[in-house]
Amino acid sequence: MPNLWDIAAILAVAILLVAIAQAGRGTLVPLEQLDQPAITLDPWRLPEFALRTTLRMFAALACSLLFTFTYAPLAAKSRRAGLIMIPVLDVLQSVPILGFLTFTTAFFMGLFPGRVMGLELAAIFAIFTSQAWNMAFSFYQSLTTVPADLDEATRGFRLTGWQRFWRLEVPFAMPGLVWNTMLSMSAGWFFVVASEAITLGETSWKLPGIGAYVALALEKRDIGAVFWAIGAMLAVILAYDQLLFRPLVAWSTKFRFETTASAQTDDPWMLALLRRTHLLRQGGDGIGRAFTWVTGLRLGRPFTPPTKAARRNWLGDALFGTLVAAALGWALWQIWGYVTAELGWTDLLDAILLGAITLLRVVVLMALAAIIWVPIGVWLGLRPAWAQRVQPVAQFLAAFPANLLFPPFVVVIVAFHLNVDIWLTPLMVLGTQWYILFNVIAGASAFPGDLREAAQLFRVGGWLWWRKVILPGVVPYFVTGAITASGGSWNASIVAEVASWGDTKLAAHGLGAYIAQATDAGNFQRVVLGVVVMALYVLAMNRLIWRPLYAFASRRTTLG
Amino acid sequence: MQELMSVRGCRQAYHKDSNADLVVLDDVNLSLQEGEIVGLLGRSGSGKSTLLRIVAGLLTPTAGEVTWHGKALRGPAEGVAMVFQSFALFPWLTVQENVELGLEAQGVGRAERERRAEAAIDLIGLGGFESAYPKELSGGMRQRVGLARALVVHPDLLLMDEPFSALDVLTAETLRTDLIDLWIERKLPVKSILIVTHNIEEAVLLCDRILVFSSNPGRVAHELQVGFAHPRNRLDPAFRKQVDDIYALMTRRAVPSTPTAAAADTGFATPLHAVSTNLLAGLIETLAAAPYDGKADLPALAGALQLEADELLPMGETLQTLGFGDIAEGDLHLTDPGRHFAHADMDTRKALFAHALRTRVPLARAIRKTLDERWNHRSAAVRFRDELEDHMSPDYAEETLQAVIGWARYAELFSFDDEADQFTLEDIDAAA
Repeated sequence: MPNLWDIAAILAVAILLVAIAQAGRGTLVPLEQLDQPAITLDPWRLPEFALRTTLRMFAALACSLLFTFTYAPLAAKSRRAGLIMIPVLDVLQSVPILGFLTFTTAFFMGLFPGRVMGLELAAIFAIFTSQAWNMAFSFYQSLTTVPADLDEATRGFRLTGWQRFWRLEVPFAMPGLVWNTMLSMSAGWFFVVASEAITLGETSWKLPGIGAYVALALEKRDIGAVFWAIGAMLAVILAYDQLLFRPLVAWSTKFRFETTASAQTDDPWMLALLRRTHLLRQGGDGIGRAFTWVTGLRLGRPFTPPTKAARRNWLGDALFGTLVAAALGWALWQIWGYVTAELGWTDLLDAILLGAITLLRVVVLMALAAIIWVPIGVWLGLRPAWAQRVQPVAQFLAAFPANLLFPPFVVVIVAFHLNVDIWLTPLMVLGTQWYILFNVIAGASAFPGDLREAAQLFRVGGWLWWRKVILPGVVPYFVTGAITASGGSWNASIVAEVASWGDTKLAAHGLGAYIAQATDAGNFQRVVLGVVVMALYVLAMNRLIWRPLYAFASRRTTLG
Repeated sequence: MQELMSVRGCRQAYHKDSNADLVVLDDVNLSLQEGEIVGLLGRSGSGKSTLLRIVAGLLTPTAGEVTWHGKALRGPAEGVAMVFQSFALFPWLTVQENVELGLEAQGVGRAERERRAEAAIDLIGLGGFESAYPKELSGGMRQRVGLARALVVHPDLLLMDEPFSALDVLTAETLRTDLIDLWIERKLPVKSILIVTHNIEEAVLLCDRILVFSSNPGRVAHELQVGFAHPRNRLDPAFRKQVDDIYALMTRRAVPSTPTAAAADTGFATPLHAVSTNLLAGLIETLAAAPYDGKADLPALAGALQLEADELLPMGETLQTLGFGDIAEGDLHLTDPGRHFAHADMDTRKALFAHALRTRVPLARAIRKTLDERWNHRSAAVRFRDELEDHMSPDYAEETLQAVIGWARYAELFSFDDEADQFTLEDIDAAA
């Protein structure tokens, strides 16, 4: 249930958005036209564009890791800081940052007027905002659940804080962190494509990359170029999946906290190559040794227990509380002033109503996705041979930036004059449905064999089997996937509810289209309003539906 | 002999918001000399593990002073190493890396580290396993790694927290023997060992001195010298006698509680052991049958049932609480209701159990009374949990509640709705 700290967090994030919008608008006025390298639709330039897009991704990933390794430990080690930092993270996870792309772009352009650097940084920042939060969250959760006996062992052996961090806390967090990094990268591809071509009012910028290529293809109505871009993206994602993430995930299982040896799976070919090639292994060993040396430095002091039984410092708490309250009061006042300068109650009502329409879309899409993918996922999950083959494909599809796939849909809608309110909707779930599929597959694969046998012996079949046997077993997994999928769908609505093909502009009714149109019109207050309302919808959906459902499902479906 | 560690007037209490402090340890004194193995023996929850953590420097006591080599102890000291019940090995480090961890923390160089780690690994019989990961090893081998990791830093004092209790009987015995062999051959690079255990035989087998703890709050109730020379023989009559004596000491405290009004008031806050009704019924039947015929010597019974004192005593005490049995001087005997129960059919057993709960377990009686008074026959469990937590730690409160729920369900006295966290009278016949 939401508490006071959540409200504080929502306000804190809202003031952050207002501040960015303000800063962005301030720098917008004296914008000079960039001396940009020309972007052409020549397919031979695609490798270069793909490389630049990929580099942006990894620059952002580095930032996200830096953020994760500072924010999460701070929140975990300081009780007071954690009180506000964790809800803020939770809210940030739910904010559709896509709506803010234009402001951040304007802000960074202001920092580096007339230079491409500003655009690059803006793109990197946009990707960062789509990656960092869940990584930090996962790291924080690991930090707070370090096994007590290992913690005592490190204290007893007088490891310093620095050593404990690298020997215990980071390794323990590794599997969760790698998994969340993978999810983050999937979200990142979506953003990098969106952030390479920005239009704000009259001005538009393009950064050399696959996203800009596609944007240009849309303007020029060149469907062939769109397919070239999709092909290039497929190649990039395949390479990154095979060369980086398969090996990384396989390697991280070493850090899984388990005391029994689990079933061994074969190393992905890339990891096998790294492990078995003599030269590569020696290089790796050298790096490993250097890493061990740095992380083994005796920085900081060994642990000493608090001398008095730690009683709460009421004065400090009160001071901290007052400080936070004052800051938030000020924030509330600022937001109020900012928003009411242009907007009235009717605008709020508008945004909420449009939000309800988008909510309806998300709910319908989740239901449809469940109806389609749950049976398929269960079927696949119960057949290990199939599951092994399909699982990587589903994860791969989740990583593919769905916005690249929008143009062909738009072409069809335009050609047949279809109702945009209905037919633009599926685009929202195009990239996110795969989370449901691969989580359900995982759930069905993990379903206990003895329960299946018991059901078989009692001849439980048909609908009864679905209702009483398999569905309760996969519900926790389904919910895990649906949380990610529905959050992603909200975000995608900002680009999915509007579409263009040359001069033809399509727009559905919804909060996503509201934000997109306000952005085009350069109406900052409306964008802030739209983004905040959408964040509230996402938060409410998570807190009121998904979390209780997950808690209920996992309570009901586990013994003990 | 030189004193290594001394603990004087030690008290450990946890502060509670609502009520008085929960005292875990009260006025504990302990002195460790060079060249001795000292055992801390007590039931689970008697605070012996807390004392070990105070000695290790992981906890600072609420009151009292701890000195190490004559100086006040502040935080984990150099020269003290610990072996954990759960082994506490890092799954992502190999055997060698796990063993080197303590040296690395001291800033010992790489070559020196490897040399000493290999020596410790060989000493403890792990040679050849250096590059294995913990999950590849059996429980016994894992605890050897834990031991090697502690020994490699050449501690003056080795702390062992129930080191053998997570192992099977055979493995545990091998490890004990190996440890004591190394100790008497003076191959262990340690000056003294402090070992926490709830296994009476283990304490008598290993220790030169045993401190027997009593519970609630933890206190040193008795201090015993063990005079036998190593290696000790478990079947030696003198050895058996000492084990029997300690059983008697550990059960002496249990004075039968009489259900007077005054006792009922305080009895509400007595911690209960969550012993399942199946176990209780099984124990009563065993006691009633030959060869015990209603009376059993606890060590013998523990041996026959392959239970440790720490497992058997809670069962015996629960029988005593319910009035089905009685413990005195290391013997457990059945009372008349107990005999009646042993030969009764299912319904009569339930009725007997319900009667015992109503008359002898004030908490069960209070819950049932509350339910009878409510129009919907439901009551939130949190109310009782809070009240229990005023008198005991949250863990004990939860176990006590689980115990009462399990027994009351069996006796059909009341039921429990886990989803709503409420006691109910649903599924309960009015007659109960």
